[in-house]
Amino acid sequence: MTVVTPANPAPPVSARRLRFRPGIRPGVYLAALVLFLLVLATVAPHLFTGQDPLAVDSAQTLRPPSAEHLLGTDENGRDVFSRIVFGTRTSLLLGFGAIAIALAGGGLLGVAAGLGNRFVENLIMRFSDIGLAFPELLLALVVITVAGSGTSNALIAIGVANIPNYARVVRAQTLLIRRSSYVEAAHALGLSVPRVVLRHVLPNAVKPVLILATIGVGSALVAGSALSFLGLGTPPPEPEWGSMLSTARDFISRAWWYGLFPGVAITLTVISVTVVGRALRLRSEGRTW
Amino acid sequence: MRNKILRLVGGRLIAGVGVLWGAATLTFLVLYFTPGDQAQAIVGGENAAPTPEVIAQVTAEYGLDQPWYAQYLSHLGRILHGDLGTSYRLHTPVTQAIGEQAGATLELALAAAVVGLTLSTVVALATAKRRRWIRGIASGSELVIASTPSFWLGILLLTVFSFGLRLFPATGSHGLQSLVLPALALALPIAGVLGHVLREALEEVLDEPFIVSARTRGLADLTVRLRHALRHALVPLITMTGYWVGALLGGAVITETLFTRQGIGRLLLSAVNAKDLPVVLGVVLLSAGIYVLLNLVVDLLYLVIDPRLRDAPATARPAVGGAS
Repeated sequence: MTVVTPANPAPPVSARRLRFRPGIRPGVYLAALVLFLLVLATVAPHLFTGQDPLAVDSAQTLRPPSAEHLLGTDENGRDVFSRIVFGTRTSLLLGFGAIAIALAGGGLLGVAAGLGNRFVENLIMRFSDIGLAFPELLLALVVITVAGSGTSNALIAIGVANIPNYARVVRAQTLLIRRSSYVEAAHALGLSVPRVVLRHVLPNAVKPVLILATIGVGSALVAGSALSFLGLGTPPPEPEWGSMLSTARDFISRAWWYGLFPGVAITLTVISVTVVGRALRLRSEGRTW
Repeated sequence: MRNKILRLVGGRLIAGVGVLWGAATLTFLVLYFTPGDQAQAIVGGENAAPTPEVIAQVTAEYGLDQPWYAQYLSHLGRILHGDLGTSYRLHTPVTQAIGEQAGATLELALAAAVVGLTLSTVVALATAKRRRWIRGIASGSELVIASTPSFWLGILLLTVFSFGLRLFPATGSHGLQSLVLPALALALPIAGVLGHVLREALEEVLDEPFIVSARTRGLADLTVRLRHALRHALVPLITMTGYWVGALLGGAVITETLFTRQGIGRLLLSAVNAKDLPVVLGVVLLSAGIYVLLNLVVDLLYLVIDPRLRDAPATARPAVGGAS
């Protein structure tokens, strides 16, 4: 049985771009709603749960989900749901913080490479070549070996590991904008170089990169929780999704809920961030979403 | 044409040596600027109480009393001779420590690569340009699986197949049985990303006029996909080789820890915990070497897959698609 698609000739570009993308629209709203709830959980976790994420109860260890403990309890009798809710702050901080560092560092280097002379450009681009030769996690591990473990070091490590990527993209943007007519016009009007850079080049270079960064937050969040999972990020007892899973690994045979729900939280967050990021990108490219 | 290929390989080799040199310099900078006394670390870390004579001997032996440029040159010289230093923790040469673990990691990475590439290719071939709901399911599951951290996927696999159904062992690194779950945990998230890229490329290619002409010649749908479309769609997949090999290497740390397997990943993690810099930097150099070698292979693969590039200028390398 061969489902031969109608052999229509390649549609003109505009038609192809306007091709209806099935099922995306409601999904985007759902993803945005999830992100909104996550931000709310970051700002005011008490809205979602009345339980203390650190309250130990030795009579209630490793209990399955019940009315009292929606997602069960962990090996110390702590409420898994409230630990997930309170862990949102740290986990999101890892993702967003790391990308903020990557954006700041990469943006600075990228603009410098795009505007500087050949020597500066070559130096920065070769530096980023070298950085790209290493997997993100490996570079982060080097930073942690030198600086030590902990939430903020994990955040910095992943941020630094992402700088080469963003430096590349910002440079490409800067090169495009630098040759655009409106920058030439600004120069011709006699505006000073710093003013042109700050008012015209930078804002226009940042916008597409910000959209890319939205999607990057997801992978940075996974990398951050991976470091916690390896015991190099957020230390216990502070709630964080990756470190919760790290402990849960020892109780797989007895408590499926413990190893399940923190992972659902990570995956749901990453999916939401990716869906919203993709929608933003499609829209910025003038496509429907 | 042969000249062109030689020039391309030559150019890439020089760029590759540049990257390796940069990586070696990076490792030197890390060693040189890391706070704490290097001689003390070599002798046995903060807890060791060596006599001043031992410290003096180590300092002289490693040339730690030399000016920085002399240390830098001898650092580069040692790496050139294949000497990556001695592990602070194991007191064996780093190359030996890595060499002992390389087999297990290679086994895992190869298994995961085969699973990941096969899965993404088959799914993409089967679902590209099909009915809307088929594509919807495919792209939906790609998004979910690509967003799933491998350590959680591993926990789920363990819960179901190891502790639930008791089909596969939860730990260990011997035999095919113990390879199945780690390889899946490592491969699936990568397959999600690659499948997405491959399907988008296939859908673009299947709109091309030469596909229509192949269909009008009466070729079966499967033949069109396999013989004509796949070749074109492979280019972005190959462009992403660096990404997925990097993901395999980084993922090995997590997978080996989760499944308590032998391997470079576990070695690296215990080195990070023990602040055993020579081992960490040795793995960094190894990964830079793999990256350089791989990029060379990738550049040659482009020429094999896309004959048009053989006549194009040597720099013609397909743009890296947005890996989202």
